[in-house]
Amino acid sequence: MTLLINGKEEQLEQTSTVSALLAHYGVDGGRIAVEHNGNILKKEEWEETAVQDGDKLEIVHFVGGG
Amino acid sequence: MLKIGEKTLHSRLMLGTGKYDSPEVQKKAVEASETNVLTFAVRRMSLENAAEDAFAGLDLDRYELLPNTAGAATAEEAVRTAKLAREAGLCDMVKVEVIGCSRTLLPDPVETLKASEQLLADGFTVLTYTSDDVVLARKLQELGCHAVMPAASPIGSGLGIVNPYNLQHIIEQAEVPIIVDAGLGSPSDAAYAMELGADGVLLNSAVARAENPVQMAEAMKLAVHAGKLGADAGRIPKKMTATASSPQQGVSPTS
Repeated sequence: MTLLINGKEEQLEQTSTVSALLAHYGVDGGRIAVEHNGNILKKEEWEETAVQDGDKLEIVHFVGGG
Repeated sequence: MLKIGEKTLHSRLMLGTGKYDSPEVQKKAVEASETNVLTFAVRRMSLENAAEDAFAGLDLDRYELLPNTAGAATAEEAVRTAKLAREAGLCDMVKVEVIGCSRTLLPDPVETLKASEQLLADGFTVLTYTSDDVVLARKLQELGCHAVMPAASPIGSGLGIVNPYNLQHIIEQAEVPIIVDAGLGSPSDAAYAMELGADGVLLNSAVARAENPVQMAEAMKLAVHAGKLGADAGRIPKKMTATASSPQQGVSPTS
């Protein structure tokens, strides 16, 4: 399936949930946040949020800033 | 002690992150500053270099991690960034920063006000970055902002406090903490902000881009402390004529 992650098309084998997707990229720990099709998810929603072909995701973290 | 919303901070110096030559220098500078509050920006994560850690060595659990909304040009973008930051699990404070001018990086006052209002309604502890506009600072306070953060001069400019009169008016009318943010360059700038009655300062480039960031961090810590002590001690009034320090009587004349 094709997902749009952080503005970039990503081809993936079937992924079930946001949790599984984050684990696939190895970014499931630490201080990150996920927006799924325009909805900002709470961490406890990652497990139950299904990912489908064509979904848009934004995965953000913290960088240096003033 | 500095109280912002429900947070009590022992340091009056807040420090930006990034812009250091290395994570090691950043770690040492942060420690030398003895700050409680580190600021961060929210950005897209690189899925290729996910393991990269720009804050290596820093025990982030020891600090209040204050996200900013830098990158936002509208209230809507700022609110979204703040909500993303909250879900990523930092503190519930947010520094509202909505830039309206790419040359000066001065904030857009209308969008800044709107963003602050929406974030307050959403339960955030709101610290708002603003220019040194006296009326806007008052309106942000009336809105319920937990702290107001007027710029001393444009971000990263190092020009210091370009309008101490405005800053003084902002401080005199303040009922919430005033944190002088942006544009400070030297320890004397930081001390001056505190002498004017500010409750704290936020520094980034002044420390991170100094030739010796670790030493500058310590200098800034001492300057903030000295400025606050001096402000509380009450300086002498300025006058146009001299007053002798030594007694005028009993001078032994040459015979």
